[in-house]
Amino acid sequence: MTGIEIAAVAAAGAVLLAAGIVLGRVTARHGRGDLDLGTPVEHATFHTLHTASLAAPPLRAGLTEDTARKAARRLRSLLGTEALCLTDRESVLAWDGPGGDHHREPVMRRVREMLDSGRSQSVRTDCDDLQCPLRWAVIAPLTGEEGVLGALVAYGSRESAVLVRAATEVARWVSVQLELAELDRSRTRVVEAEIRALRAQISPHFIFNSLAAIASFVRTDPERARELLLEFADFTRYSFRRHGDFTHLADELRSIEQYLALAGARFGDRLKVTLQVAPEVLPVALPFLCLQPLVENAVKHGLEDSTDEFKVTISARDAGAEATVVIEDNGVGMDPERLRRILAGEHTASSGIGLSNVDDRLRQVYGDDYGLVIETGVGAGMKITLRFPKYRAGVHPSSPAGQGRRPGPRTGP
Amino acid sequence: MNQAYAVAAVTAVVLATVLIGALGLRISRTTSDFYVASRSVKPGLNAAAISGEYLSAASFLGVAGLVLLQGPEMLWYPVGYTAGYLVLLVLVAAPLRRSGAYTLSDFAEARLESPQVRRLASLFVVGIGWLYLLPQLQGAGLTLEILTGAPDWVGGLVVALVVTGAVAAGGMRSITFVQAFQYWLKLTALLVPALFLTVAWLGDDAPRARFAEPATFREHTVVTVDDTVRVDLDRPLRVTVTGTVDDRRHEREPVALDAGVHRIGAGTSLAFPAHARVPEKAGTDRTGASSWSQPLASSREEHPLYATYGLILATFLGTMGLPHVAVRFYTSPNGTAARRTTLVVLGLIGAFYLLPPVYGALGRIYAPELSLTGEADAAVLVLPDRMIGGLGGDLLGALLAGGAFAAFLSTASGLTMSVAGVLTQDVLPSRGVRHFRLATVLAMAVPLGLSIVTVNVPVADAVGLAFAVSASSFCPLLVLGIWWRGLTPPGAVAGLVVGGGAALTAVMATRAGLPGGGWSHSLLAWPAVWSVPLGFLTMVLVSLATPHRVPATTAATLARLHLPEDLMAKDGTGVGGGAGR
Repeated sequence: MTGIEIAAVAAAGAVLLAAGIVLGRVTARHGRGDLDLGTPVEHATFHTLHTASLAAPPLRAGLTEDTARKAARRLRSLLGTEALCLTDRESVLAWDGPGGDHHREPVMRRVREMLDSGRSQSVRTDCDDLQCPLRWAVIAPLTGEEGVLGALVAYGSRESAVLVRAATEVARWVSVQLELAELDRSRTRVVEAEIRALRAQISPHFIFNSLAAIASFVRTDPERARELLLEFADFTRYSFRRHGDFTHLADELRSIEQYLALAGARFGDRLKVTLQVAPEVLPVALPFLCLQPLVENAVKHGLEDSTDEFKVTISARDAGAEATVVIEDNGVGMDPERLRRILAGEHTASSGIGLSNVDDRLRQVYGDDYGLVIETGVGAGMKITLRFPKYRAGVHPSSPAGQGRRPGPRTGP
Repeated sequence: MNQAYAVAAVTAVVLATVLIGALGLRISRTTSDFYVASRSVKPGLNAAAISGEYLSAASFLGVAGLVLLQGPEMLWYPVGYTAGYLVLLVLVAAPLRRSGAYTLSDFAEARLESPQVRRLASLFVVGIGWLYLLPQLQGAGLTLEILTGAPDWVGGLVVALVVTGAVAAGGMRSITFVQAFQYWLKLTALLVPALFLTVAWLGDDAPRARFAEPATFREHTVVTVDDTVRVDLDRPLRVTVTGTVDDRRHEREPVALDAGVHRIGAGTSLAFPAHARVPEKAGTDRTGASSWSQPLASSREEHPLYATYGLILATFLGTMGLPHVAVRFYTSPNGTAARRTTLVVLGLIGAFYLLPPVYGALGRIYAPELSLTGEADAAVLVLPDRMIGGLGGDLLGALLAGGAFAAFLSTASGLTMSVAGVLTQDVLPSRGVRHFRLATVLAMAVPLGLSIVTVNVPVADAVGLAFAVSASSFCPLLVLGIWWRGLTPPGAVAGLVVGGGAALTAVMATRAGLPGGGWSHSLLAWPAVWSVPLGFLTMVLVSLATPHRVPATTAATLARLHLPEDLMAKDGTGVGGGAGR
């Protein structure tokens, strides 16, 4: 085959591809035309709703220059005005349309007047440029939970009651989105507070009991006492760590080992622990303190609520693009109905906060497919299965794996 | 060759692979002073795993076959396969690990924060994976055909079934141990027979492979041709023929063939006298037998210098974009360990590649007719029988057969895992574990189907095509992504589509047997020379044209990629907010 023939084949391929794309476009447009059976009024309604829904996502992130710029374009096409501007209490955040050069200064004066009254108003712009189409401005307040956050200013070429009405309604709609944004933020704050609570959750009892157990070894087995004391120091240092939302599975597992070593020192032979860890999954990144509370829960119930021998098995396995961690115990178990209520957040028993908090955080980071899977029954022990994707955008541990491995003399805080 | 030993060896390798994969050397202890985290995978183990997964049928069989066919110039293949890790070590290894990415699609998303780039990268991962699986299945077919006489699709089917079964059932959990085991198995399987063969060769007064002359038969040899071939004789030859030559039936009668081109029908047996020259295959555009000793790749090409550069570029730059290699770096605990691992890989692979050329040279002396029957890839397997024979030859042959199957299994399972992982994550709608099984079946079914319909090209060549696509798509993405701030999502998309797409088209055309010869064939068969610069250039130019699309977090991401992990940690929240969400 010659070069010319190949070129011909390539050209034919390109033409076919282009034809396919055009055909696809045409049929797609055709399909949409067939579907849109409705009156012009309904069309207009759909159009408005669609534009409004496009403007909503940026505003859900709060009122900043970036989000205002994205939203202003949509809002202007929603209102159909000459120009539209979004401000906060101090300055213009975004200007969409012409006239941004010479109207920015005067508009803030008007907005400040409006901020005092808190009511929307329609004013003449008194623009010196005769060519400028922005003759009238409607200034409507954007309110949040803490009062007026800023203003929406819509410009028209003449005074119009319709524009006043429309701008006020749009401003009210934007205000709702901003309130939702505040709600989002406070929800995040609650979760963060819970994590902080979890970090500080190492109970005083645990500290007393650990120290007492260590003290009992000081005379009989000083070497073991020293080991345990170092475990205790490492464990508290990890749990009280201030920075970073994510950690490595290796670090989380080590913290669990330290916890179990301390618990074992107190309960002696009653606690049997088995660890099965595939080394491939040790570098997996996961939310900070999302395994240790589960183990702590299991041990607390298993050892403190009964006098039998208590077995915990912790296994971490490689499953392609995911890691699977299973925590299994032979403790007292739990009524599935009660567990369901705890996970739904209806039951605020102190023991459940670990479970529901871990579940919430996993769902928040990885999506609803990655929540806790718990198999249990009264007196039947409990088996908790967690899955972690090996990579998820934004999940970066703030310390390298294997860091904090018992350094020599401690000099820092 | 005794089939029973070979079949037993292959079965043993398959069983060992599945057993180690399923049970593994699990770390299982009761707590005492035992720290799991200190048991992270050491560079040595991980390097053996990477090497085991990497050394495929192309390395185990293909390199020796090409050396037999073409001579020392084919050593560019092992050199390229190894040197790819040098480029990987210098430019990519540590930053790729620090990015936290598991697959190459993950890296694309981590660096460019664009789901579109991620999806496109996933398509290329799947494409390269399939291109690479294809020769593995064909090699398996060839091996089983030579060992047992089974039809050539049986071997591919066996490998496909074993791998799909093991991966889908979750049997490849301790994959690091499996692959490390496979490396040492492959090295042993090649090293031990090589030692025996060398001793036998020395005992045979060490005949030289005559680089500057055509190969000759050492003794009276009967060759059966499976497919119709055209041979080119440069001097008259007397052979005993059973079958058709030049469309005339012969039944065990001596035939005198003149110098010139002759057509030998399928199924014909030719009995050559001792010291007869091995006929050259006609139509392969060989300039003469002397090319066996020239240092340029592919004398069967009309443009050997161009082809050599194509090969060098593809293998040097393509290694970093192989899906099953990239995922193994995730197992290293940090960037430094990833770098150290790559260094050990260089050593392990370098040691391995000393052996195939030995088989190639010995094959040139003792089994020269393989170049006539088109089964040069089998040189490694038939040599023990030829040179040693008896029980010893059978046992060594069985060892080699086991090693060859280890090569198919390890590479195929690693590739299937990677391709299936990407299929579940990015291509199929997400539905949990059952979908992974479906994806595994899909990941294997496509190359299996292709292996039956496509033209059989030498195994090492077929692998070279996968390298070319990888070098033209992922090499620009990785190198620019790691070392250039200005890379934008539109630039990456354009570069992947233009560079990778061009290479993929060229490769597909070659595999479909489209171009006949001349420059057009050379350009399509060795696309890396033009498609790699094309990919880089497109990526840079389109990125420069879209400066406003540079991701906002580029500085933080690059800091994370390049700073050692403990430095990032000491800074508390991380440099440039890199540790933030």
